[in-house]
Amino acid sequence: METLIVLAWRNIWRNKRRTLITAASIFFAVLLSTLMVSIQKGAWDRMEENVVNYYFGYVQIHAKGYWQDRSLDLTFAAVDSLLQLPQWVSGVAVAVPRIESFALAAHADNTTGVMVVGIDPVREHEMTRLRERMVAGTYFDHVREPALLLADGVAQRLNATVGDTVVLLSQGYHGVNAAGKYAVKGLVHFASPDLNRQMVYLPLAVARYFYGADSLLTSIALKVTDKDKVPQVLAQLRQQLDTTRYEVMDWHEMMPELVEARAVDTAGNYLMLLILYLIVSFGIFGTILMMTAERTYEFGVLLAIGMKRIQLSVEVWLEILFIALLGTLAGFVASFPVVYYFHRHPIDFSSSKEIAETYAQFGFEPIFPAAFEPFVFLSQALVVLCITTLLALYPFWKIARLDPVKAMRH
Amino acid sequence: MIVIKAQGLTKVYNPDTVPVHALRSVDLEVHQGEFTAIVGPSGSGKTTLLNILGGLDRPTAGKVWINGTDISTLSENKLIDFRRDHIGFVFQSYNLIPVLTARENAEFVMLLQKWPRAERLARTEQLLREVGLADKMDYRPSQLSGGQQQRVAVVRALAPKPRFILADEPTANLDSVSTRNLLDIMARLNEEERVTFLFSTHDQRVIERARRVVTLEDGKIVADETFDR
Ligand SMILES: Nc1ncnc2c1ncn2[C@@H]1O[C@H](COP(=O)(O)OP(=O)(O)O)[C@@H](O)[C@H]1O
Ligand SMILES: [Mg+2]
Repeated sequence: METLIVLAWRNIWRNKRRTLITAASIFFAVLLSTLMVSIQKGAWDRMEENVVNYYFGYVQIHAKGYWQDRSLDLTFAAVDSLLQLPQWVSGVAVAVPRIESFALAAHADNTTGVMVVGIDPVREHEMTRLRERMVAGTYFDHVREPALLLADGVAQRLNATVGDTVVLLSQGYHGVNAAGKYAVKGLVHFASPDLNRQMVYLPLAVARYFYGADSLLTSIALKVTDKDKVPQVLAQLRQQLDTTRYEVMDWHEMMPELVEARAVDTAGNYLMLLILYLIVSFGIFGTILMMTAERTYEFGVLLAIGMKRIQLSVEVWLEILFIALLGTLAGFVASFPVVYYFHRHPIDFSSSKEIAETYAQFGFEPIFPAAFEPFVFLSQALVVLCITTLLALYPFWKIARLDPVKAMRH
Repeated sequence: MIVIKAQGLTKVYNPDTVPVHALRSVDLEVHQGEFTAIVGPSGSGKTTLLNILGGLDRPTAGKVWINGTDISTLSENKLIDFRRDHIGFVFQSYNLIPVLTARENAEFVMLLQKWPRAERLARTEQLLREVGLADKMDYRPSQLSGGQQQRVAVVRALAPKPRFILADEPTANLDSVSTRNLLDIMARLNEEERVTFLFSTHDQRVIERARRVVTLEDGKIVADETFDR
């Protein structure tokens, strides 16, 4: 075996240029695929984070059937046991009560459809860092303050700013008319374009009054201590809550479109990768073909003097493996700084309004950071290595049917 | 003692399309220690005969016994081992592995046979010295002349002490000095190591050195003479 390794190592340097070109193509394949996967993953992670952390949370509790209808009639009483969930369900950090529904917002001649959410200012901030997302004005001081916060996208549509008065119109609990006039106390910015064009916050008590839904909630969003604990939290809640009255959903269930869109996009990405791999494979295969073809005579001699076919095949396979390892390792190592760069300096289209708006339609902010995850590096390097190694099986096939007598008849 | 015995060897290439009768019922016996040349014009069947005697090719008809073993009964894999362990090969040219040094090439077959390292090194070094390559042991084939390369090939074939060495036109690509030199070496090793040499040639100077000359013509043995040299 040692001899085979020595032979293989020396053989790959017989044609330095070819070895380096082949290794380089593998290198770029690894680098490119790592970068592609990292950016794709990074963009989606950020997008999910934007909707989950900024508003939805990983888990929510509703009255049964609420999420399907989003109707104020499917509300539930804000009982203490629910508000004190963190005390009896492990993995839950904060329970954030909300009452939310859709409304029409108007200011001067402008109107726009919005989501009006009644919040507990303290708890809401604990989960979504809402106070830190203020871009103008000030945050709510208490639950009864008759004022509202607008997402800056909404403010833009309404052409309203801090100090202006905005009128909200909606249908309240059991169909009562809901109407109110509130001063804009502050503006909030959401990274998610979807949220940014529809969020309006009222203090919980004010919202309840507006909707005519005293002491009721539409949802309790849960801040979890650790993202990975979501399944356990779900399981505990489903076991302990009366599931004929409540539904417990994680964000996957609440936003199936998002999950689906990501899956579709990821599949598209893999298709691109497949094409990339295919192109690289042809290059490598060309090298393998040349390598075996030009050494037919030599192979004949080696088989004649007593080298076993399997030894010779392994030797040639090792050569290709070495070239592949060279390219893969170099690509793997080079990926780190490159991906890290794009992790720290995301590709940013926000200076171009057109591109930004296009992405906004799909719910993306126009910023694409690369995910910096060892798993991605490793998997891409491994995939390329596997492909190469598989291609390298060709010499086995070739050598298995090589007749030394014919090989040496030139 | 008979090392090689061939009986009724016949070889027909392309039997289904354009049949070429390369060998026509050849009988041959080679004894231990012989220094024998197979001679004949190009196309007379020398290479075919050596390939079949060496187990590289199978005859269309006839049998070969090596040290009493009928090699036609050996499976493909057994035959490969048998070849490696009992027969040394020297080919016309490009015998050596380009990426290995003279020393590494010389010990290659011993390595395949798993000789202990110390023995391997001692034997190949001694042989390389004997063939006048003491100062070239760490050279790659590309740094050696054609004659030097053939000497390394002879050492490689000889080093693991095979029953016999088959050399197909080993001097075909050498000038006359190198040819004489290589034959001197082969003859001396034949004496000293008592190893049987069977080589083909159509070079008169080489023929003159053989102690037995088997002449092939059109796939048949037309003469078999022994000389006292
Ligand atoms: N693989 C083969 N296929 C077809 N014909 C062959 C093959 N090998 C040798 N021959 C033919 O067999 C005859 C003997 O060839 P060979 O044994 O190479 O002779 P020599 O070595 O004496 O020149 C020649 O006519 C040659 O063309
Ligand atoms: Mg010939």
